[in-house]
Amino acid sequence: MRREPPQTLGDYAPLLFPAAMLTIFFVVPFGTMIAVSFFQRQQGGFYTPAFVFDNYARFLSAFFGGVLGFSLLLAITVAICCVVLALPFTYMLTRMARKVQVVWLVALLSILSLSEVIIGFAWSTLFSRTAGITNILVALGIMSEAKALTPSFGAVLTGMVYQAFPYTVLVLFPALVRLDPTLTEAARTLGASPLKAFFTVVVPALRNTITATLIMVFIFALGSYLLPQLLGRPQHWTLSVLITDQAIYQSNMPFAAAMAVFLVLVTLGLVALTVIAGRKGEAA
Amino acid sequence: MITTSIKRRTLLGAGLAGASMLAMPSVLRAQDKSLKVGVYGGYFKTSFDKNIFPEFTKATGIAVESIAEPTGEAWLVQLEQAARAGQAPADVSMMSQVAMLKGQSTDLWTPIDMAKIKNSSNLLDRFVNKYPDGRIAGIGAVSWYITLVTNTDVYKEAPTSWSAFWDPANADKLGLLALVSNSFLLEVTAKTFLGGTNALDTEEGLLKAFEKLAEVKPNVRLWYRDEAQFEQSLKSGEIPMGQYYHDVTGLAAADGNPVRSTFPKEGGIQDSGCWALSRASQKSEEAHIFIDYMCQPSIQATLSRKVGTSPTVKREVTDLTDKEFAAVSSDIEPIVPRYDLYQSKSDWLNQKWTELIVG
Repeated sequence: MRREPPQTLGDYAPLLFPAAMLTIFFVVPFGTMIAVSFFQRQQGGFYTPAFVFDNYARFLSAFFGGVLGFSLLLAITVAICCVVLALPFTYMLTRMARKVQVVWLVALLSILSLSEVIIGFAWSTLFSRTAGITNILVALGIMSEAKALTPSFGAVLTGMVYQAFPYTVLVLFPALVRLDPTLTEAARTLGASPLKAFFTVVVPALRNTITATLIMVFIFALGSYLLPQLLGRPQHWTLSVLITDQAIYQSNMPFAAAMAVFLVLVTLGLVALTVIAGRKGEAA
Repeated sequence: MITTSIKRRTLLGAGLAGASMLAMPSVLRAQDKSLKVGVYGGYFKTSFDKNIFPEFTKATGIAVESIAEPTGEAWLVQLEQAARAGQAPADVSMMSQVAMLKGQSTDLWTPIDMAKIKNSSNLLDRFVNKYPDGRIAGIGAVSWYITLVTNTDVYKEAPTSWSAFWDPANADKLGLLALVSNSFLLEVTAKTFLGGTNALDTEEGLLKAFEKLAEVKPNVRLWYRDEAQFEQSLKSGEIPMGQYYHDVTGLAAADGNPVRSTFPKEGGIQDSGCWALSRASQKSEEAHIFIDYMCQPSIQATLSRKVGTSPTVKREVTDLTDKEFAAVSSDIEPIVPRYDLYQSKSDWLNQKWTELIVG
């Protein structure tokens, strides 16, 4: 069958449904949010339609800058941890027997069915002083007394990496399955160790996939607002936590919307930078 | 993108109550008279469904459909958005005092006709919520205390004062509420160290309270929004001290958990909920009958016994014994939150507070 470019308006018809869905469920809500971010906050009440920059002005402070910086840093760290862990894991997974692969993938998929709340509570129990993993270390004689590992940055990071890991594997899996095995075989024939072959052949061949995965996990992690609350101290709260506070508890929709718009813009900016940098690297 | 979807998920979760309500109209039509009543989801709703609503239906013939509402101000936002569209997810809702004030600013609450509330004379004055022009916005539903709670395994002796929070010996041991408008820690600080909540009248006084409160930070292990998170840690002794609800702590202790609730000598924090009628509701008549019913001393006494809340009517008119009263309240003068501040200075307070605990 030959693929022809659409000729008449009718050829575009199949696009109508997804386009309508995208408009109704994404473009309209997002537009509303941008509009609300310019509305006038009524302290002690709600908001009135207006066109003011107060909400953005309030955001531009060292305090919120710090929180935004932390959120970005946390998301980047999560993305890097996930990819560093998931790449060798997925690579080895693709070379296993089909049955083993299925078992692993089903197990990973089942993690996706857990809600953020369950993941958060489970890790906070595992990291607790009274019932946590340090008790095992004490029983083994490695530690002298049990201690709490949460709240801490490490706990937040662990929880978020745990949550994002299955996504990372699922994104990397198809690319790694399709990777031509003769490439590594050639490297081995030419005398490279398996480790060297992995770093000099597999990783460079997958550069675009890795970049795309990093971006996906980064964006995924940026929206996290429950795990930092459950596993971290207030200084580990992300911007999303503060957005929730404003929207749900302070009924300050305009400010929450302004923060959310800001977060989206910064995210898009960073993604664009990564893509541009990637293209330049390719050209060189 | 993710941010918006997370927000939407939160709203969806909170709005589940509203959605399930929309699926119910066929059930409602079966009854002649009905009323949708919003109460805090979970323990409160279960207790009301079991102990209060069936009796009310028996006495008045009005069927009650209870709606689980989220705590905090999420419900207020939903009621307001719905009222703008002419909808009432619940006719009568139990609302916090700060939410009452915020709702007043948009005339969200239908004024209550006191002539129809014959039992209103029993009420304590502070449980009648009024618009600035004197119209009645809401009537006290229940009140409850936030007290100083401890794990009895870790603290053999009960602390006697809120100042225990400031004790360096309690480093990294406290669980406190995370928001300025539900922890009321500024009031606690003012009452404990600055001679009373009047100290918060001026900005200077507020800053002084913030400064004193900052000294608590090293002792705090958890700033919680979610009650379950702290309750679990308190029971296990993971976080052995903090502020928590007197009623729920009492129930947990009755279940054999090693916890206790103490009224400090400066007083427990007394917070309360009002019954308020959404302006979009068409059931004003039924709503008045319901509110009047709930103001009866016998019902308030039942609430104290079964739900563990403190009565909003004068103690003399109820038949609560000394022991029953002590279980839900205390004769120590309570710390009454400065709700006015959370309306007139809400953004400033919120900003200062967030900077205090996050910074």
